[in-house]
Amino acid sequence: MEALQKKAQELLTTCRANVVIGYGQGSDDKPRAIFVTDPAGADKLIFNDTCKQNLGVYLMKAEVKKLGKMGIFATKPVMRTVVLLASENQLTDIDVTVIGVNEDGSLVDFENLQALENHVKTITFEPDPADKAKIEAIEKMTVEERWAYWQDQLSKCFKCYACRSACPMCYCSRCTVECNQPQWIPVPSHHLGNFEWHMMRAMHLVGRCIECGECGRACPLDLPVHLLTQKMAADARKDFGWQAGMSLKLENPLSSFKPDDKESFIK
Amino acid sequence: MTIERKKIKKESLGQWFEKMTAAGNRIMAPKRNKKQVCFETVTSPAEVAFDYVQTTVSAKRAVFPPVEEMLAYKFADKETKLEEKEIKPQPTVVFGIRPCDADAFVTLYEVFSRDYKDDLFLNRWEQTTFIGISCIQADSACFCTSTGGNPGNTKGSDVLLTPLKNGDFLVEVVTEKGKKIVTAAENLFSSADSDIDKESLLAKLPNKFEGKDMKAKINAQFDNEALWSRQSMRCIGCGACAYVCPTCQCFGIEDERFGSKGKRIRCWDSCCFGLFTLHTSGHNPRHTQWQRWRQRLMHKFSYEPDNLGVPGCVGCGRCSRACPTDMNILEHMLEIAEEKA
Amino acid sequence: MSTPNLYKPYIMRVDKITEEAPDVRTFRLVFTNEEEGKNFEFKAGQFGEYSIFGEGECTFCIASSPTRKGYIECTYRKAGRVTSALARLEEGDLMGFRGPYGNTFPIDEWKGKNLLFIAGGIALPPMRCVIWNALDLREYFKDVTIVYGARTVDDLVYKHELEEWGKRPDVKLVTTVDPGGETPDWKGEIGFVPTVLDKMAPRSENTIAIVCGPPIMIKFTFPVLDKYGFTPENIYTTLENRMKCGIGKCGRCNVGKYFVCKDGPVFTFTQLKELPPEY
Repeated sequence: MEALQKKAQELLTTCRANVVIGYGQGSDDKPRAIFVTDPAGADKLIFNDTCKQNLGVYLMKAEVKKLGKMGIFATKPVMRTVVLLASENQLTDIDVTVIGVNEDGSLVDFENLQALENHVKTITFEPDPADKAKIEAIEKMTVEERWAYWQDQLSKCFKCYACRSACPMCYCSRCTVECNQPQWIPVPSHHLGNFEWHMMRAMHLVGRCIECGECGRACPLDLPVHLLTQKMAADARKDFGWQAGMSLKLENPLSSFKPDDKESFIK
Repeated sequence: MTIERKKIKKESLGQWFEKMTAAGNRIMAPKRNKKQVCFETVTSPAEVAFDYVQTTVSAKRAVFPPVEEMLAYKFADKETKLEEKEIKPQPTVVFGIRPCDADAFVTLYEVFSRDYKDDLFLNRWEQTTFIGISCIQADSACFCTSTGGNPGNTKGSDVLLTPLKNGDFLVEVVTEKGKKIVTAAENLFSSADSDIDKESLLAKLPNKFEGKDMKAKINAQFDNEALWSRQSMRCIGCGACAYVCPTCQCFGIEDERFGSKGKRIRCWDSCCFGLFTLHTSGHNPRHTQWQRWRQRLMHKFSYEPDNLGVPGCVGCGRCSRACPTDMNILEHMLEIAEEKA
Repeated sequence: MSTPNLYKPYIMRVDKITEEAPDVRTFRLVFTNEEEGKNFEFKAGQFGEYSIFGEGECTFCIASSPTRKGYIECTYRKAGRVTSALARLEEGDLMGFRGPYGNTFPIDEWKGKNLLFIAGGIALPPMRCVIWNALDLREYFKDVTIVYGARTVDDLVYKHELEEWGKRPDVKLVTTVDPGGETPDWKGEIGFVPTVLDKMAPRSENTIAIVCGPPIMIKFTFPVLDKYGFTPENIYTTLENRMKCGIGKCGRCNVGKYFVCKDGPVFTFTQLKELPPEY
């Protein structure tokens, strides 16, 4: 932890960051995101195995960006988040300094985003085994069973959009649900409104979800919405050999077209 | 009406539920689902959770549903016809709300009945009976005693039960509606022992801040952008806090048309959403998260008490427990209470 | 028997459509239920929620005077979903109206005084109601002055009425367009409304000023009025904010502790000064 705090002070005093985003002590032994702008405040930073929130979401928040160059203590999911956001032209070396944090708390100082990409390419990412098992269980269901399962789960949803707000990849300043000409997705949290919202969110995250599980953690009703997007991520791996957040180049299967793509319907 | 005290045995709750159901009531009560306890329709007290501090979501949907039809209409040639119908909500018993929740229902009532009478709300309200259960335990997120309430407050409940040490309940019949639902099952209730010390059974919850001072304190901080920015930096602008809250009642109105038929629907909304106050012109009076956070707290601790004379926040702690980024409203209010004017 | 419903609108027929300016139209609406039309009353300054069933509702002031019975008028600019749907309506089509909501211009208190109306662009419609109200009761007021400006000549709304007001001997009308917005045959002033107002050196004695315009116009108009001795309690304006219910329930339109729909939309500058700048 001391190394973390020293590193934050160093980033601030050498102007490699104007604000350092990390974890601090929250309510009742829970961690929470903190934003350190003064080297004297670096002693508030902590790191332990309860620190799971994907802090990458703050790299896209206007009020945080206004504070200046952002430094961020990045666990593996956050590293992939930064690479993905950079590939979508949302972040450059001017905007962010990344300090990787391994599970044992040791730090990796990345000189720039290219160094981050090089590092990320050497790591294997395994989705959470519990989530992987749940997805496999759902895959084994019949279509009717699967429909009934999601009907039951999503009927509880009240469209608070915590899943959307917590995801660093949902950075559109005007979300599709906020368009009313036409109203693509119904606003009220009835059956149709809930289904269309969750399906749309999953589709907009194909090839972009880095499987941090933050959406599921954020849901106040404990709905397993992360399983939808993680299933999309698994499908992207299976069908396109694609894993999000590993490359600074925008090659997401649903955002890019190559003349030698195997599908023949666009020629 | 003076509050009458009675007693009911835990075993008798089942028969009481049966009587209420037979009279045509649907009963909404806290039901456990894995880690969470939420209000759901039940038929028997065996389904009801008793051993928990607070439900995840409030019971406000009993009188203010997340999706509610306001009007229905039909199109034929060039004519539009509004559907005329009689709205008869099913009588409902909301069983097991906490005293803070009951207080919150009074606040909702004031919003929807002051000046213009909101028929959608009042129709449901008339058909709803509130049976509260006092709190014998509290957690670090609770602060009802700082907002003018207490763990055994009868305000807002038609009947208030307090768990006794032997598993039975002290029954306080608070209103005429409460009297009706108790009298309908008269034989299940006995007179209360005169030596029941209700106070001693309740959770001990010391004041965290002085509620009556908060309006002035928070008004004094209105222009303190640094405070609001600092507090809201980790807020991600979702609606979780508003939707679990028992007093939040912001709503939007949406038209949905399918061919020749359509509906006008009211649905929950939140002042924390980025585009809540966006004008069609593109101008947004509350275009930053700190302005929206300030609005949330000002509304709860200043505007609503000022305009309606009721608390805008009842200290139930749900928002703090549900928040994905640990915003902790109590912590923020304590900071405001300490901040120099 | 149907249950009373606070949100049930009147069904109105579009009786007359007037093209005022590019994308700006006025609708004259009559009640399809004659009984409702006969009983309908409102006061100057009030607004309503106008609906297109299937699209939604929209907030506009009632732009016609309460002295004229049997119909109401609204003027709108095509901007979003509902106004685009309104723009597709033809004479004879049906739409909805809920109202009247909001507070009113205290026109009774203004009797015996001079009235100075200052408006810019699409903000003339909320004032048209009170202007015609005053003109229909002309003998109660002293001098009536109207200062109105828009970006270009094309953008001026109520062109016919401007002509009518201009011809009246008991009304002083000054119209202006922004520099560069004039046409070769433009006979009015050229300049921003606050500048033109300053040139006129309006008398503040026994005068009520009613100002309505985009925030930037109000920002620069108030110092001019202040310069000539107008006190805040004698300057009135009408605010707008994003609304849904229009009756103080949905929690959207508040500025500080006041709801624009219930405590407004008419405010004096004294009240405006107390409000946080959140509108």
